[in-house]
Amino acid sequence: MMRVVVDLTKCQDHGQCVYAAPEVFQLDGAGKLAYVADPDEALRDAVDEAADVCPLQAIRIDA
Amino acid sequence: MPDAAAGGHGRIVVVGASLGGLRAVEQLRAAGWTGRVTVLGAEPHMPYNRPPLSKEALAGAVPMASLVLRPRAGAADIEWRLGTAVSAADLADRTLTLADGRTVAFDGLVAATGLRPRRLDRPGPGEGRHVLRTLDDAVRLRTVLTRRAAVRLVVIGAGFLGCEVAATARQLGADVTVVDPLPLPLVGSLGELLARALLRLHRGHGVRFVLGRGVDRFEPGRVVLDDATALPADVVVEAVGARPNTEWLAGNGLDLSDGVLCDAHLRVEGLPYAVAVGDVARFPDVRFGGGARRVEHWSTAGHTAKTAARTLVAGLAGEPPDQAPHAPLPTFWSDQYDHRLQAVGAPRLGTDDIRVLDGEPDRDAVIGYHRDGDLVGVVGFGRGRAAVAALARYLARLEAGPASAAMPGSTTLRPPSMVRTAPVT
Repeated sequence: MMRVVVDLTKCQDHGQCVYAAPEVFQLDGAGKLAYVADPDEALRDAVDEAADVCPLQAIRIDA
Repeated sequence: MPDAAAGGHGRIVVVGASLGGLRAVEQLRAAGWTGRVTVLGAEPHMPYNRPPLSKEALAGAVPMASLVLRPRAGAADIEWRLGTAVSAADLADRTLTLADGRTVAFDGLVAATGLRPRRLDRPGPGEGRHVLRTLDDAVRLRTVLTRRAAVRLVVIGAGFLGCEVAATARQLGADVTVVDPLPLPLVGSLGELLARALLRLHRGHGVRFVLGRGVDRFEPGRVVLDDATALPADVVVEAVGARPNTEWLAGNGLDLSDGVLCDAHLRVEGLPYAVAVGDVARFPDVRFGGGARRVEHWSTAGHTAKTAARTLVAGLAGEPPDQAPHAPLPTFWSDQYDHRLQAVGAPRLGTDDIRVLDGEPDRDAVIGYHRDGDLVGVVGFGRGRAAVAALARYLARLEAGPASAAMPGSTTLRPPSMVRTAPVT
């Protein structure tokens, strides 16, 4: 199963991941990141894209 | 001439080992290329992330070593040849000549050589004058900015790089003056409303701006402007734009007048076996019109690599490229002091019709840029992250909606919830 880990010490709430994979990443009303840690495999391309576009490269995908 | 077999028994050579080169090899593997891939990089470093070089890394908040990018797991079996500059290419013969005279043959070519800083063509000694593009540049600049307290820095150019360097240097305690021939910082990219907000922000942090003035000459310890004003300077940063690295492609009959001219599938002049990625690529602006141009955003590397890799793998298999032309939605950002600026679309095209969509320009605001009444760009700007969140919500809908694929002249960027606009008076 796909595991998403965001290093929240690196994350600066740019929101680029939200544009790439809105099903997995969201910013709350205060602009803080929330995400699904075990998204459906069908979303892999979008999650890969989200990891690519993170300006801080804070998103890791395990397995 | 070498043969490239479908599925990939040939060799693809990527020239350039920065973000564009890295994304290209990842996308070549994702597109099913199983053949050899060689990356030739002029710098000695593995691909690293450049945006922090003017911000967190220059400030010392993150170590330079942490900027190295992690390749995707799928990007395996890649031959990285670093510190290896390419001096010439023969596209008909499919060979590259390296700076040391050796040659490298390829079946498919990815041009990802990026940009180098433009230097100011003014007389005077070069000592104390810096540019900022590479990790080595950033290390050098950080060293001189932190050598002692209150270093006197003159930044030439009030674009994104110049403004970010000014903000970071100010936070390091430098005494900072920014010079630009235009009347406001970033006015071409963001228009007057945000340009004025940024100017207030910088001045509030004690940065001086000398606007509407150019540099006449450099003298030891000072910069002399075209009105004969002399600015004392221990350190000068020239942030006056960048030039594409295309000299190595000369002699092949290509249009290299501003980067490598590509078609809408990122093929170099329609060649099936050569593509360009990143900010060296000049390609038709299918989304906003106006002819071919280069796009100097960080996001361009990823966007172009995806299209170009598919095009190249198809071309080497003797197949046509994807039907859809390359038409990504550009995004970019800037961090200055505690303010974040985040943009989507092409704000520069809509600076004549700027409307505040939400908030206030000196706090958290969402600004809309319009051309012929149509929204062509949105910028979130502020200290908090509310504007970014608003932008993200709006974009998630935009990307999900069928209108996101619409072409120029449509109201692509105007979702119903954002129509509560007010003209700026």
